[in-house]
Amino acid sequence: MESIAWMAWTLPTAIFFIALACTLAVMTWLAAVYPEAERVGVLRIPTTRGDRLFVSLIAAAVIHLLWIAFLGTDAIATLPIGEDGFEISSLWLASGISLVTAVLIFRTV
Amino acid sequence: MDKTINQKAWFLVLPVFLVVAFSAVLPLMTVVNYSMQDTFGNNQFFWNGVGWFKELLDPSTDLGGRFLASLGRNLFFSLVILAIEVPLGIVVALSMPRQGWTVAACLVILALPLLIPWNVVGTIWQIFGRPDIGLLGYTLNAMGIEYNYVSNDIDAWVTVIVMDVWHWTSLVALLCYAGLKSIPEAYYQAAQIDGASRWAVFKAIQLPKMNRVLLIAVLLRFMDSFMIYTEPFVVTGGGPGNSTTFVSIELVKIALGQFDLGKAAALSLVYNLIILIVCWVFYTVMTNAGVERKAQAEEEPAAERKPAGALQPAPAPALKPKEGVA
Repeated sequence: MESIAWMAWTLPTAIFFIALACTLAVMTWLAAVYPEAERVGVLRIPTTRGDRLFVSLIAAAVIHLLWIAFLGTDAIATLPIGEDGFEISSLWLASGISLVTAVLIFRTV
Repeated sequence: MDKTINQKAWFLVLPVFLVVAFSAVLPLMTVVNYSMQDTFGNNQFFWNGVGWFKELLDPSTDLGGRFLASLGRNLFFSLVILAIEVPLGIVVALSMPRQGWTVAACLVILALPLLIPWNVVGTIWQIFGRPDIGLLGYTLNAMGIEYNYVSNDIDAWVTVIVMDVWHWTSLVALLCYAGLKSIPEAYYQAAQIDGASRWAVFKAIQLPKMNRVLLIAVLLRFMDSFMIYTEPFVVTGGGPGNSTTFVSIELVKIALGQFDLGKAAALSLVYNLIILIVCWVFYTVMTNAGVERKAQAEEEPAAERKPAGALQPAPAPALKPKEGVA
């Protein structure tokens, strides 16, 4: 780990990228094992699973940025962990909305 | 709908993926990592969460104000140059000769500005527009038109826009010319038989046949103008004041001038997201326009052949009788 210390990696960003890599790995595996057909959804464009994942990720980024811009990141709850408690940012709501959006995109687009 | 896609061939791109991972993916990941941290130099980083994004999207902060103002300027600049370069490119392409030695001459002349590096274009216009030693600046001032791009916002904008139009209209014109050259002569003959006017020919044949290359031209010019850096940096340095400071100039100021890596990383990610969305929209529109046209082209001859039989000469499908006749 010493050799990459200069890159200043942090646990949250590492988790984010590991999750992203896992998603891509699952998508690759799905594509190899269950080849799929393009389909036309509400956007009236032919999309594959990969297209829908891309749109979902972009939508998630936009939702989070809009949330930060208009609603902020105030704490909505405090978990009783540690001495001062662990604050949960309202940004997690945006993450929830992003997940729901992703499900909708995968089902309808 | 019924076509099954086999994705296994994607494994063949693994070597390319490794190279791209080293040269693009890892640096991008580093940018994401930096966007969550603050540094005071000496490679010491401190966790800042989404603090920079909050600041970036809040117009009341210094960073947010600068970002949103430069983004607005950038969008305005892109819209203006598209509004000028696309129609001008079409007009130039339509006016170009179709045969003879003049074709080669026109193509070479049009290609010349495209071959000049960005910083040289900037330097050319920086000197050309100077009121003391530049031909353009001196002439305008001698004619009684006060022009000084160093001190006047509007003059600076006009210079940057005219410079971009000078540099890049050729690209649009060349793309349109390629689109025009691909139209079969039969279309024009059909239009002539119908007595179509010049405008009708343009509207019913040339413009629809050019729309794919036009989309490419719009995409290329939008992306290029949205990330413009060198030319305005060389000519105006982003000034006077901040009037020609575009997003990329602001980004470099923050990243290298102030060495605020966290702020710059957050800004570049949002910048990247905007470009990604625009690219995706353009790409989707272009791909689907192509697919629809192909399907239409396949349907049309089949429909025409049915009643007439195989001995009929090939019809000109784009211009139906009487359509587009002024």
